[in-house]
Amino acid sequence: MSTTIRLQREAFDVAAETAKMTRGRTDIGALVTFTGICRADENGEPIAGLTLEHYPGMAEAEIARHVGEATARWPLLAVTVVHRYGRIAPGEVIVLVATASSHRQAAFAAASFLMDYLKTRAPFWKQVETAAGTAWVDAKSADDIAAQRWSAPRRPPRRRTAK
Amino acid sequence: MKLLYFAWVRERVGKTEERLDPPVGVRTVGELMAWLAKQDEQHAYAFANAKVIRAAIDRRHVPADAAIAGATEIAFFPPMTGG
Repeated sequence: MSTTIRLQREAFDVAAETAKMTRGRTDIGALVTFTGICRADENGEPIAGLTLEHYPGMAEAEIARHVGEATARWPLLAVTVVHRYGRIAPGEVIVLVATASSHRQAAFAAASFLMDYLKTRAPFWKQVETAAGTAWVDAKSADDIAAQRWSAPRRPPRRRTAK
Repeated sequence: MKLLYFAWVRERVGKTEERLDPPVGVRTVGELMAWLAKQDEQHAYAFANAKVIRAAIDRRHVPADAAIAGATEIAFFPPMTGG
């Protein structure tokens, strides 16, 4: 398993990142990439850009924990996560999650799992620039629901024995 | 202990970090937020709706009932919106 986790201010090239994962290898049969891109609108309002704040140290650790969990759940051969912070203009990349495996199911599932967890557990906060000024983006309950679907089903409450 | 603030919690408190030693009776993350809210107007504003604020102890997510004993760094922040 080769893992790359990087946080950076600068833009990055998705093709260059995925080329690094597969170069010289013949065991990878599936490579799934998710690229998050900055839109020019938020909740129907036009935005000039966004600024991502993060918790240095914890952001890397939290991503690494989830990559570790993904690796334990699926037979992955390579994982790359690159997340930007600082100011990002519409059209620019924000995040890349790339997963490689011998077959597609593991790669698709792991990429989806990692993105769902990045959205709800990785310490990043988006602030958008609107005509009215800057505003923090509210967390979406749909993202929490998406992350919850990866949790193990809850055990039914233990039945009390009558005495 | 070292307290860190992020996003709108940081803006409302008016600083990115500070060192504060809460009294012995403050045992959990939830109690620490309640105690912080009593420090001054800015902290009161930041922690007015403590239920929505998330916390991490030494860079790991923790629930409001987590014990703060032995913590080096406690961070407070809104729900995350990365990705």
